[in-house]
Amino acid sequence: MTDYKDIWVFVEIKNADIRGVTFELLGKAKELAEKSDDKVCAVIIGKDGSRFCEALSYYDIDKLYLCENETLDDYLTETYTSLLIDLCKKYTPNILLFPATKIGRDLAPRIAATLETGLTADCIGLKIQDGNLVQTRSVYGGNYLVDIICPDRRPQITSVRPNVMEKSEPTEKNQPEIINFPLELDLNQLKTKVIEKIKTTTSDVKPIDEADIIVSGGRGIGSKENFEIIEELAEVLNAAVGASRASVDAGWVSKSCQVGQSGTVVCPNIYIACGISGTTQHLVGMKSSKIIIAINKDPNASIFEVCDYGIVGDFKVIVPLLTEAFRKKLSKY
Amino acid sequence: MRLIVCVKQVPESNDLKINENANRVLKDGVSTIINPFDQFVLEQAIKIKKEGDEIIAISIGDTETKSTLMRCLALGADRGILLEDEKFQGSDTFATSNILAAAIKKIGDYNIIFCGNSSFDTGTGQIGPELAAILDIPQVTFVESVENVENGMVKLKAQTDDGYKIIEAQLPLVIAGIPPSSFQSSIPPLPKILAARKKPFEVWKAEDIEGNKSKFGSEGSLIKIIKLYKPPKRDQGIIITDEPNTAVEKLIELLGKDKVI
Repeated sequence: MTDYKDIWVFVEIKNADIRGVTFELLGKAKELAEKSDDKVCAVIIGKDGSRFCEALSYYDIDKLYLCENETLDDYLTETYTSLLIDLCKKYTPNILLFPATKIGRDLAPRIAATLETGLTADCIGLKIQDGNLVQTRSVYGGNYLVDIICPDRRPQITSVRPNVMEKSEPTEKNQPEIINFPLELDLNQLKTKVIEKIKTTTSDVKPIDEADIIVSGGRGIGSKENFEIIEELAEVLNAAVGASRASVDAGWVSKSCQVGQSGTVVCPNIYIACGISGTTQHLVGMKSSKIIIAINKDPNASIFEVCDYGIVGDFKVIVPLLTEAFRKKLSKY
Repeated sequence: MRLIVCVKQVPESNDLKINENANRVLKDGVSTIINPFDQFVLEQAIKIKKEGDEIIAISIGDTETKSTLMRCLALGADRGILLEDEKFQGSDTFATSNILAAAIKKIGDYNIIFCGNSSFDTGTGQIGPELAAILDIPQVTFVESVENVENGMVKLKAQTDDGYKIIEAQLPLVIAGIPPSSFQSSIPPLPKILAARKKPFEVWKAEDIEGNKSKFGSEGSLIKIIKLYKPPKRDQGIIITDEPNTAVEKLIELLGKDKVI
């Protein structure tokens, strides 16, 4: 196992930009590297991957594995798997970090099973202990945590929940060694193809799992028109709009806003829940937010059991007052 | 076509007790249900089933897991297979996928394998892709709908960060499905529950399936749980019940004082 060296970060590209979670992975990788003999490396796969090399040269990265190819514009399990498997076999990383995004959660288990090594998904904590990566994740709807190791196999593969780890700040520029890597896969052999992409959110909106603040509305909002009250508060706070399953179901907001078990698991700095009672399904998706603020007219709503601050009252009255108060407060800066 | 649906029995509530010394959850006497995402993919299989097609529900578990498979039969699966053996115990996702793959190879001639995108208890979301990797067939995850199947090709609608993608894939493949928000799981009516008892149901042991037995159970598991514990408790929140203007004023003051906003 001593042949396995270095900590690799998978760089996720979204809308021709590096997805923010990548810098959280780089931050964690740097911290882990200080406790081991490993160096931090990054893997860039994409149509024009080389344009990100400059941006990534401020993060103490030792090597950049780069695969640039016209056909890699869209994420496709088959092409990305083929590349990563070849890379891992040739350069034998000790640790491989993926973001626990839709792409990371599709790709990491495929890689792990092909290499016959262990994987821990959606981690919220990572540390090195006795030469092993201790990976912490939440189980049973957030009621318990588990610490997991992969003692006998390498690489140790992890997907990390966005918004949990601290972002790496850019430092002095270094010159990472760039290792170009070809896609050696007969494209005629591909068995899957993306034939259409449908966007339900405006393209420049940050993915909800990377939002710093989320203002979320539930069944209690009552109508699409009322949702504008939520959107207005979100706008003032420069926050993302979230929703419970009930409001997505009712067609008030798009599916990509949905927080919870069948939507996205989020972990923002501030989560403001309006008219959300707090079903188990929803709580699983937002319980680990750093600060939770709840507004609900039912004093017995379960959301009040997990919140840090709560107001018992009608959101139609409370939220506009809050919006006004924040507008005043934030304009002072 | 032969459609295989992998199902998992999960606790009805995640409010479980644990044995901290053994790093294990205590499941005795806990009421269980079919993992909701697994029921969703089963219903997708039923939706695309044509005359002459067969739907097989498989699950790893114990005698109690039979009830989950019986529910699948009542919902519309044609055949149930329970994989039950001491050698299967203590499996991580890799060992679980190896057991399922071995059973699926034994069933043979499969066209689509369905899994829930993740389970409500442990929620790793790894089985679909790991199973596909072991069987060396394509996978599509986060699938909300199977649009159609024609001439050995399937068209799928899968979630992305900002919407959906439509994917065309060759059979055989693994589909990991996640329900749209509008999905309401059906409850089988009594006559179908009764009819399910007459459908073929088998129990397979480790020796009944192909594959390398050392890849099953705790022996075949690659990860090790070193600690299972309660997360740190959140402090009791401050609940404000004043009239709206005062309440908002108080909240803003608290958020400022605590340096939140």
